[in-house]
Amino acid sequence: MRHGKYPFVIGFLFAPVTLYVVFVIAPYAQAFQISMTNWRGLSAPQWVGFDNYRRLLDDGAFWKAVQHHGVLLLALPLITIAIALFFAFLLNVGGKSSGGQRQGVWGAKFYRVVFFFPQVLAVAIIAVLFQMVYRPNESGLINGVLMKLGFDPVLFLVRPNLALWSIIAVLVWQAVGFYVVLFSAGMASIPGEIYEAAEMDGATKVTLFFRVTLPLLWDTLQVAWVYLGIAAFDAFAIVAVLSVDGGGPDGATTVLAMEIYRNAFVYSKYGYASAMGVALFFLTLTFAALTLRLSKRESVEY
Amino acid sequence: MNPQSTLPPTPAAKPPKTGDPGASGGRGRKGPRSEVRFFAGLGHIALAVWAVIVIVPILWTFLAAFKNTSEIFSSPWTLPAELRWENFGRAWTKANVGRYFLNSVIVVTCSTFGTMLLGSMAAYVLARYKFWGNRAIYYLFVSGLAFPVFLALVPLFFVVKNLGLLDTHTGVVLVYIAYSLPFTIFFLAAFFKTLPSSVAEAGLIDGCGHTRLFFQVMMPMAKPGLISVAIFNIIGQWAQYQLPLVLLSNSKDKWVLTQGIADISVNAGYEADWSGLFAALTIAILPMIIVYAVFQRQIQAGLTSGAVK
Repeated sequence: MRHGKYPFVIGFLFAPVTLYVVFVIAPYAQAFQISMTNWRGLSAPQWVGFDNYRRLLDDGAFWKAVQHHGVLLLALPLITIAIALFFAFLLNVGGKSSGGQRQGVWGAKFYRVVFFFPQVLAVAIIAVLFQMVYRPNESGLINGVLMKLGFDPVLFLVRPNLALWSIIAVLVWQAVGFYVVLFSAGMASIPGEIYEAAEMDGATKVTLFFRVTLPLLWDTLQVAWVYLGIAAFDAFAIVAVLSVDGGGPDGATTVLAMEIYRNAFVYSKYGYASAMGVALFFLTLTFAALTLRLSKRESVEY
Repeated sequence: MNPQSTLPPTPAAKPPKTGDPGASGGRGRKGPRSEVRFFAGLGHIALAVWAVIVIVPILWTFLAAFKNTSEIFSSPWTLPAELRWENFGRAWTKANVGRYFLNSVIVVTCSTFGTMLLGSMAAYVLARYKFWGNRAIYYLFVSGLAFPVFLALVPLFFVVKNLGLLDTHTGVVLVYIAYSLPFTIFFLAAFFKTLPSSVAEAGLIDGCGHTRLFFQVMMPMAKPGLISVAIFNIIGQWAQYQLPLVLLSNSKDKWVLTQGIADISVNAGYEADWSGLFAALTIAILPMIIVYAVFQRQIQAGLTSGAVK
């Protein structure tokens, strides 16, 4: 039985490990190294130590991007989770109860299918779709209505203080359905007797939600928060396609991924772009570590 | 806890079904009926509004795909005066949507197949065989879950370029596979661990080699897990935008759908061919709706099981 184990193990691991080391591990390792150089692609890279990082500290675009990640990091998970929790509760326990069985409201299946659909569409496609929706003249979906009703058109992507929120709205639009389904799965595993008991004691739906569902769903919520947080650190496709000239107007919607892309593939500042990548790496890592630490809580046994 | 509540619910405890939807929901002794009805009503409205918010932009795009430019501008909310199928023809051939679509299909088919094959092979060996370095290799793969792709983008570009794979589908496929391996291996290793070892041992005693055992016994047993991960990978790779943007930038005939549509959207402004853009968007969205409608149960299960780590 042991015969021929090693050739088999090596045979099975060779291709995946090679691909992974060449295209994933090596580039990550090189990124740290390139970030310490002034490499611009033509001449050989020169070691400049932490110069790129020092320049980052004075770079307005970089800080703007970091600030936008802060907004995204708070707004995207909060709004998405709030809406998704509300819907998931309605769809799973919002309806009438019979015996120990909790039921969702009428049409729950239909809503779950429809809400989830945007998750299947590519973000870049959604971004083009919302370009049409947000168009600033009467050809836009929203402004078409507003102008027919006699209102002034809303310049969703053009007004600097509105643009980022217009983008967040699209991200929420796409994400809600996924988290509705995720929370539904969590809620389905909460035994009906617990609700039954709470209702016997006279709990209202609102009390049920805050005192029963929410605490028992804590683990799932934590997963959702981490996922949405990581999405808040990416957001490249939507900013690149939807916003006015990639992160505009005037940097009002830019994110680190956008700045990395621009510095590397438009300005050929490879060293500087890599330094931004390293900054992004540490921001993501800090976020994940903080979330897991802060949300650590005794999970409820049931 | 109320001692009564520990009693299992008996059929006799079931309230009689009445026509009044609020009646049984308001059974709670102190919970007033009106509160329940108000909450349910509010809930229905909220759900319906969100459904409209999801459906309308997509439906509106489909309608606009049949309009001409003047209709799009003057009456964005009316039905098209006639079904202008030529918009689709223009998008398909002149704007190359057909080519982009085909490229996406080719790339995603190859890369998902490669990911599943290589990923399940590595996951299987890492999950079920003891050997020196097993844990190190496993953690090397899993650590890839935590890194943002953007950190590696610059060196990755040069790795692909130096291998002579820039602007080729082969390069993109290999990169997709490599970046899909961490999650695939993470998920499938856990899955392979749960499979019973008695079947594997019986196979080996019967003289079945390790390789045959994997392909003919373990792979079929792992089918539910493989399907989940495959769905996850197909959707993720189909949606890829930044990797093809960097790796295929110079050869337009190799572009994938996401790239192509984004580019058409830029050019629509210059050429004022808005109906063509709507038609292109429709071509990109409609197949996804159809596939989703057919497989929605599996897709929802596949994507959400991937999320709960």
